[in-house]
Amino acid sequence: MPNKPVHKIDGGMGAAKAHDSAHLHVAGEAIYTDDLPEAQGCLHAYMLQSPHAHARIKSIDISGCWLPGVHAVMTAKDIPGKNEVAPVFDGDPVFAEEFVQYAGQSVLAIAAESMEIARKAAHKAVVEYEELPAILTVQDAIKAEKFVGQTYKMQSGDSAKALGSAKNRLQGVLDIGGQDHFYLEGQIAMATPQENGEMHCWSSTQHPSEVQHLIAKVLAIPDHAVTVEVRRMGGGFGGKESQASLIACVAALLARKTGRAVKCRLDRDDDMIMTGKRHGFHVTYDVGFDDDGLLQGLDMMQAADCGMSADLSNAIADRAMFHADNTYFLQDATVTSYRCFTNKVSNTAFRGFGGPQGMLVIEYIMDDIARHLGLDALTVRRRNLYDPKGSLNKRCTTHYGMTVEDCITADIFDRLEKSSDYRARLDAVAAFNAKNNILKKGIALTPVKFGISFTLTMLNQAGALVHVYKDGSVQLNHGGTEMGQGLHTKVCQVVADVFQIDFERVKITATNTSKVPNTSATAASSGSDLNGKAAEAAALTIKQRLIDFATTHFKVTTKDICFDAGHVHIGTETLTFQALVQLAYVNRISLSSTGFYATPKIFWDRDKAQGRPFFYFAYGAAVSEVIVDTLTGEYSLLRADILHDAGRSLNPAIDIGQIEGGFVQGAGWLTSEELWWNDKGVLKTHAPSTYKIPTGRDVPKDFRVTLFEGDNIEDTIYRSKAVGEPPLMLGISVFLALRDAVAAVNPQNKTLSPLMAPATPEEVLRAITALKA
Amino acid sequence: MKNIVTDSIRFVLNGKEITVDDAPPTMTLLQYLRSAAHLTGTKEGCAEGDCGACTVMVGQLQNGTVQYRSINACIALLPTLDGRQIVTVEHLKTIAGGKLHPVQDAMVSCHASQCGFCTPGFVMALTNLMHNNGHATDVDIQDAIAGNLCRCTGYRPIMDAARKANAEPRVEIPSDPVVLKKLQRQKIFAYEAKGGKFFSPVSVDEMANLLAEYPDATLLAGGTDVGLWVTKFHMDLPVIIYTGNVAGLQGITEDAEGLHIGAAVSYADAFAALAKTGAGMEDLLRRLGSAHIRNAGTLGGNIANGSPIGDGMPPLIALQTRIVLRSTTGTRTLALEDYFLAYKKQDKKPGEFLENVIIPKPRTDTLFSTYKISKRFDQDISAVCAGFALDLADGKITAARLAYGGMAATPKRATAAEKSLIGKTWTQENVSAAMQAIDEDFKPLSDMRASSDYRQTVAKNLLQRFFVETTTPDAETQVYRYAE
Repeated sequence: MPNKPVHKIDGGMGAAKAHDSAHLHVAGEAIYTDDLPEAQGCLHAYMLQSPHAHARIKSIDISGCWLPGVHAVMTAKDIPGKNEVAPVFDGDPVFAEEFVQYAGQSVLAIAAESMEIARKAAHKAVVEYEELPAILTVQDAIKAEKFVGQTYKMQSGDSAKALGSAKNRLQGVLDIGGQDHFYLEGQIAMATPQENGEMHCWSSTQHPSEVQHLIAKVLAIPDHAVTVEVRRMGGGFGGKESQASLIACVAALLARKTGRAVKCRLDRDDDMIMTGKRHGFHVTYDVGFDDDGLLQGLDMMQAADCGMSADLSNAIADRAMFHADNTYFLQDATVTSYRCFTNKVSNTAFRGFGGPQGMLVIEYIMDDIARHLGLDALTVRRRNLYDPKGSLNKRCTTHYGMTVEDCITADIFDRLEKSSDYRARLDAVAAFNAKNNILKKGIALTPVKFGISFTLTMLNQAGALVHVYKDGSVQLNHGGTEMGQGLHTKVCQVVADVFQIDFERVKITATNTSKVPNTSATAASSGSDLNGKAAEAAALTIKQRLIDFATTHFKVTTKDICFDAGHVHIGTETLTFQALVQLAYVNRISLSSTGFYATPKIFWDRDKAQGRPFFYFAYGAAVSEVIVDTLTGEYSLLRADILHDAGRSLNPAIDIGQIEGGFVQGAGWLTSEELWWNDKGVLKTHAPSTYKIPTGRDVPKDFRVTLFEGDNIEDTIYRSKAVGEPPLMLGISVFLALRDAVAAVNPQNKTLSPLMAPATPEEVLRAITALKA
Repeated sequence: MKNIVTDSIRFVLNGKEITVDDAPPTMTLLQYLRSAAHLTGTKEGCAEGDCGACTVMVGQLQNGTVQYRSINACIALLPTLDGRQIVTVEHLKTIAGGKLHPVQDAMVSCHASQCGFCTPGFVMALTNLMHNNGHATDVDIQDAIAGNLCRCTGYRPIMDAARKANAEPRVEIPSDPVVLKKLQRQKIFAYEAKGGKFFSPVSVDEMANLLAEYPDATLLAGGTDVGLWVTKFHMDLPVIIYTGNVAGLQGITEDAEGLHIGAAVSYADAFAALAKTGAGMEDLLRRLGSAHIRNAGTLGGNIANGSPIGDGMPPLIALQTRIVLRSTTGTRTLALEDYFLAYKKQDKKPGEFLENVIIPKPRTDTLFSTYKISKRFDQDISAVCAGFALDLADGKITAARLAYGGMAATPKRATAAEKSLIGKTWTQENVSAAMQAIDEDFKPLSDMRASSDYRQTVAKNLLQRFFVETTTPDAETQVYRYAE
């Protein structure tokens, strides 16, 4: 009897299965929070925002708010529990109390019979403010020594000494803009009061457990009295990791106060004004290198614009530091990080979580070195790679003391250089530029090495709950949330694979805090790594029970049992999976199990800034070619070639989707997506009319995306690799291709191309003008 | 208005005849679909017609057949749908006989949805394209979805799905001209609910009379601007007069004078006519708004609202466009550029409305070009928009019309730069002098779209581009030509 299945199930691990909700998405039948039937008498919430970036609230008069149809008016003093929705360190009140710290901060909320009434009523409140001076830039924050966390350093070797004796040395500055998540579905929650003071809340959140905990905190009830559910989000990208809490808590507070269901949905403008974004960074660096471009000392100062509170900024700024090396051996390096307070909305998680900003700078530096020495940029990059296979095995330790065991960047470079025809295209670009005065082309090949794990070790755990029903169908629950990334599809594939039943026999349900408790956010690209393993563990527990039962019942040994495409071979007999399950039920075998997973090997000593914060690294590289108009700064992305490492892919179709989408989102961050505040600290780009994410035409017509095949060296689910965040940083190649094209306006000028991010046409023209001067 | 009988709004929604009499006139189609009709497949992503999550198809009776167009339901006011046929994403499976429609099927098999929130909008935009164009090229597809934002996929699989669906046999969107015909009104349609009045006259005389009676009424054309007054600025609009069914504001004719475009003609139709004039406006026209916006919005509305950044204005001014204003006392004609007096102030008397736009044919010895500069190619508001026309005789410039948007409080001509060119030859030296003169013409603002410096530099450099393109046609000057 074969122990290995001979037939193939539909949708097992490694299959390019369509997203489990795709047929619902296309038909308009997938239900998002705003599509749920509303409970009878459901009210609608609206929050009044502060018009000032920094002010003292002198008084609030709500007497005018009681329009017909208004059922509750709520300010800070009406909160039964704690006025706090911060994820880690306090500082994010539901409603401002004495001070408002950013333009857009919530001051009070109304529950009314319609959103229109609630909005109108909120604006009837008379709030007297005393305007105070606002800190709007990181430079001002550093001057005023206003920070949301302690200044932090990571060090290896002796950068001062290395720089002092370096053959060549460059100093530079890079300003990096933030980014709005622009998930298509805005923030939303619907809370329904239950008996005995309990609360149920549908929330569009990446972190149901935290929303549960914070609702409990603001209502002053235990966690067990709150249930939070989410079937799917219309996009998250990190923007619903901590930012969903405010919206859910306002809904729950008003639901408690009125005894009715309350929906809180931010429209696009309110969403963009009231919720945090990717951090802008101001970075300065001092780098030394030899005549071959090999690094000889690096001193990097990163100043993160955190906004008005800590939120997740400390972990984000840490990750920016962790990725200051990208895939290069820094040897003698000091990375210093300032977590700057500004009177702006508190910035938050966004795909990459600080990594992109850290990585962009070292890639910028690689180009600086190449240009300064007149060397090919890819050659300089190759020279500086981690080299764990190197003879002395010394060039493999990061600036935070972790050993890089599998730097596959060199392999990726080799393959991509060939497949993208990189060398020939370099020449073609040069030839084009020699011939054309107005239009200039640029090309860049940049790598990604991204650390996988939450850097707060505690968060690297997950739970799952699997039920097998008597008819052989399986229901799967896990702590991860679906925001479009295909997590539910992948985890379904894992469970289908364990039982060797078709994908369709496994149903995934809404993430629910009453099914799997104490979950971590679906973040840090960890969704399928953590939840896949937890679901596998749960399924394996049940499978083992079935095997144990079968060995006893049929008097066979374990090796006589094989699960094979909806059937189970037991000795000489073959049963359908359903029949075995039915038999097990009759014989009183438990068909339900939890599963749990904790990532092994990782540890981090924050005081020493040493450890192994990451279980493994995910790699990739991209080549982008652009064309720039030197009269207007307009540009177009002509071609992009990507080779990306998703380990042994759990689902190649979904992984390719993550790679393409991540690349385009990363390119958007560094090109057309510009956040613009006026001199009062009021955000003026708060809708798609003013904030420009890429459209279909911004994607290169020639777009070649390939998976780098190879098992993860660590024991992950199916030996796959996380793929949510890493591809975003492939977009760096677009920015550096633009910088390359800018430099082409004056090839003789040794001044480095001073392009800042985002490279809007205006910024490109500014850099061109500066170089021509 | 005395002796006008109010009536309910009547339309066909997914094959069913619907009557609405309790919705405020400013209720949007999207609000109606999601809240009253419980059709939640159509999504709200921005409520300003910029993301396309709310895309639906709207059929209108034209010459006995139903012509479908994609529009943004989020800014279409419900009474403007009176007499129309609406198809939402929920209806496609019904149309396809219970299965997924080929567009839906292709979207699934190409992995073109991730979070799925934008998906119904893409499905509708593509279904509309397939319905109207059986041989869509990649550029047609890009144009059709330029007003649909996806944040997850990076668009590649959506393009693939569009190509795949395009190769499938066409699934006819059923339409019943007979039912629609029954819903057409021969007389003015008046609707009143929740304290708001809505009038949809069918003749220019009715229109003039209404406006005389309600001089403060909001004139509503395509709603791509006024819709936002409702959804973004939360304004109350107690009286609305809709131009969309006024016969005298429809129609495009051509005569020796040039093109005559009715004020209520959609941008899409106006552009099709303008593109044929050979003036070279296509590149600009297809970047104005998105397909959905151009299907709803009108050239007349874009002029009448007096925006300093209306993309149509610079080229139309350069082409010496005139406009006809009508009131109960008759009509008057004025040059388009004279219509714009100051920021949001136009030469329009109470009771007057825009009736017609007259665009003269450019002379054969006129050099003409128009350019738009924005952060993004598609559906973006210009930082700077320019329309240039030079009349040449014997190598000398006899007249120059250099019109700009985004450079001042109104669309405006660069008179100093023009003056510097008159009587000169079209040479680099004289172009450089004209570029310098731009400094006398404009002191633009800095805002979220661009800084003053950038606008000023680009305004000059576009003149340089114009010079290069007209004197060395082989020179490469436009990056977007490479992208398609």
